[in-house]
Amino acid sequence: MGFYLAQLLTGLANASSLFLIASGLSIIFGVTRIVNFAHGSFYMVGAYLAYSLVTWLDGGILGFWFSIVLAALLVGVIGLVVELIILRRIYHAPELFQLVATFGVVLIVQDATLAIWGAEDLLGPRAPGLDSAVRILGEPIPEYDLALIAIGPAVLLAIWLVFHRTRWGVLVRAATQDREMVGALGVNQAWLFSATFILGSFLAGLGGALQIPREAVSLQMDLSIIGEAFVVTVIGGMGSVSGAFIAAVLISVLNAFAILIFPQISIVLPFVVMAVVLIVRPYGIFGRPGSEHGGTEDPDQPLRLLSGKGAMMLAAAVMALALSPVFVADFTMILLVDVMVATLFAVSLHFMMGVGGMVSFGHAAYFGVGAYAAAMAVKLLGLGMIPAMLLAPFGAALAALFFGWFCVRLSGVYLAMLTLAAAQILWGVTFQWQDVTGGDDGILGVWPAAWASSDRVYFYIAFALCIGGIWALRRAAHSPFGYVLRGVRDSRIRAEAIGVDTRFHQWMGFTVAGAFAGLAGVVFAFSKGSVFPDALGIAQSIDGLIMVLLGGIHALAGPILGAAAFVLIEDWVTRLDYWRVIFGGIILVIVLLAPDGIAGGVNRLMRLLRRDAA
Amino acid sequence: MSAVLAVDALAKSFGGVHAVDDVSFSLDKGEFLALIGPNGAGKTTCFNMLNGYLKPDGGSVKLNGRELIGLPPRRIWRLGVGRTFQITATFLSMTVRENVQMALISHHRRIYDLFSRATRLYVDEAMALLDLVSMSEQAERPCSELAYGDLKRLELAIALAHEPDLLLMDEPTAGMAPSERIALMALTAGIVEKRGVSVVFTEHDMDVVFAHAHRILVLNRGQLIAEGTGDQIRKNPLVQEVYLGGGSVFEGAGHA
Ligand SMILES: Nc1ncnc2c1ncn2[C@@H]1O[C@H](COP(=O)(O)OP(=O)(O)O)[C@@H](O)[C@H]1O
Ligand SMILES: [Mg+2]
Repeated sequence: MGFYLAQLLTGLANASSLFLIASGLSIIFGVTRIVNFAHGSFYMVGAYLAYSLVTWLDGGILGFWFSIVLAALLVGVIGLVVELIILRRIYHAPELFQLVATFGVVLIVQDATLAIWGAEDLLGPRAPGLDSAVRILGEPIPEYDLALIAIGPAVLLAIWLVFHRTRWGVLVRAATQDREMVGALGVNQAWLFSATFILGSFLAGLGGALQIPREAVSLQMDLSIIGEAFVVTVIGGMGSVSGAFIAAVLISVLNAFAILIFPQISIVLPFVVMAVVLIVRPYGIFGRPGSEHGGTEDPDQPLRLLSGKGAMMLAAAVMALALSPVFVADFTMILLVDVMVATLFAVSLHFMMGVGGMVSFGHAAYFGVGAYAAAMAVKLLGLGMIPAMLLAPFGAALAALFFGWFCVRLSGVYLAMLTLAAAQILWGVTFQWQDVTGGDDGILGVWPAAWASSDRVYFYIAFALCIGGIWALRRAAHSPFGYVLRGVRDSRIRAEAIGVDTRFHQWMGFTVAGAFAGLAGVVFAFSKGSVFPDALGIAQSIDGLIMVLLGGIHALAGPILGAAAFVLIEDWVTRLDYWRVIFGGIILVIVLLAPDGIAGGVNRLMRLLRRDAA
Repeated sequence: MSAVLAVDALAKSFGGVHAVDDVSFSLDKGEFLALIGPNGAGKTTCFNMLNGYLKPDGGSVKLNGRELIGLPPRRIWRLGVGRTFQITATFLSMTVRENVQMALISHHRRIYDLFSRATRLYVDEAMALLDLVSMSEQAERPCSELAYGDLKRLELAIALAHEPDLLLMDEPTAGMAPSERIALMALTAGIVEKRGVSVVFTEHDMDVVFAHAHRILVLNRGQLIAEGTGDQIRKNPLVQEVYLGGGSVFEGAGHA
């Protein structure tokens, strides 16, 4: 009995931490409709600041709590700065741009933190006065956990009071329910948004600061918490603070008991719960429809078939690529394979997002399944390279078929979150299922067949598969299937009114995109000779998003230009010490200054040239 | 019975409000029927039940003797019911011609074709339909650039793409200038005659209604209160009462 109580209390303590960070995320989303990836960074910075302040002040109980609150306040100020400089400019941008922009902030904050505090994990001090354990029914319970259990509901109460008893709070609630209305009331929106951002960041900072007696402060804190924070926010209903609280308790307590039965479950459990909740209640426990989309975009221009001149230029480029092994060095050839893999991956993501209008935060799932399926076909089934290459994309297609069925039931941010959940579930499975996937150690020795083992021969295999895949997807985008998919994106109601089963069509589009991402994964696996869980990770998904954005989402050529640019920039930049800052900076420049990406820039240039010529 | 459409005892309420209450009517081939009534009378609700967007509480809707209730909108479309929207809904990222081609592609059951080039399919048929609504000159323009009145005509072309037996038009002229309205409905009336399509439309502008409708149904608070030709409706005391203060509208309509 005592043991179960102890589990419950641990669960509740975790729930408090989770609630603090998720509530801030939810409040920010509710008012500004921004899905803030940088929220995890605020949490991490809160922990680092608290660590420094506590050790520097070294002032007993009072000093400890003073440091915690001060750290949270400082994070609030940092949040304000980020809001003023960056987010203010993208409130009306589509959700994809917002997400990627906040990811740029994540990268910059990571390097700033590294520069200030170093790469070593920092072990925080215990909380003075709460540094021992009390016995409850015979089980030792850390006093600090009990304090956390009290702090969660106390903060919930405080937020409730602010939201119901102050004019500002009432405005925040009104804005969460209906953004236009607040604008109509003549409220200063800019001020309301900034204040909301300060509060949200403060809560994230507080969550991080309170964490220092419980876990080491590290540079991984940001991305390790953000997935779970998203999940809690989505389950509770985006914009709902009490929903976030219930969701945090639900997940943490379920987790505390589930690990007793099945210890490996903790990585995937939150995402499984989220998937279940979203299927039953598509907008979360307390969420409302109508909040799932970011700003609206200008409609895309109609697609054009290649003109004679364009076709010739394209053929020349493909020829140049085909002949490149003759005159480039081996390491360049390997780099070119990377470019082709990335390009196919980006084109498949663009097929889903640009053509299909389904923003995916978890497209790496299908890339990774393709890679793992190939590796497992070789290692477990003993297949040769060619059969493995043919089989593996079907594995990815099956995974996309399965998860896509759930995802296409939702739209906008919710759909994106569910794709993220799917990817995290698959990542968790590969990470944990040691016997089959090798877990953390991955699968090694996935080399091409002997005849294909030279860099040159493999280059041509990759060339055939990737260029073939890109060509097929381009063809599909121009086909009736692709046009209808775009039609569903443009106007679901019109598509339904001309006899289209819109959900089924999106489902099939999702699956096609997944299959080709899987093909990219296959080529990737054999080119590297190994697969690790990173192949399905958030970072890989985000890379894809950045490529699409960098190239320009509105053009079919966008992902091709974007992926090539991305790999080349990455190859150059990652040799530098603080490459994340540079990368984050590039992302922000694109989002803020050139939202139509390289393809848009090229288009404008062409138009300019044509006008001069005329 | 040669009725194309037979509606029987159709009913729908929202909470306590009887939005549509025991409505029955039928429609002959080639008939141009207007459904009028003040705001909130239940016209849109009625339409949405005919085309499958809303599930009625009771009643039946038969197209050429086949029950439509319970079918999703896309099935009803395939059975030969076209529609235009009160607020236009088109594919903005495509050209005008491609919008029509999409309906043709779906009609010919080629939406899962992954290989052909959509923009090259059914070009002549699409151009013929655009010709019908006098839009062929704008065929290559992006749909997002069209003026509202042109979008309405494009919707008409789309709705005719699968050679429907029945066309449902909810407030086809909403948001248009008065002169444009008359023109659009004259165009529609001409097409009805040429193709033998049956049409049900709702309309605010009485000039338009009296000028073209073969028969008029008047809906008020969900119930059918009158039915007849323009003259009969104009003289109906019940209708005059509903349109209190709208008497001038009827007078104006006399010489339309
Ligand atoms: N989805 C709905 N939920 C609740 N009430 C509705 C809904 N749709 C329509 N109504 C109500 O039903 C009645 C008829 O509306 P409607 O069919 O839109 O009228 P009309 O098109 O003739 O103006 C109105 O009282 C309206 O408020
Ligand atoms: Mg209406």
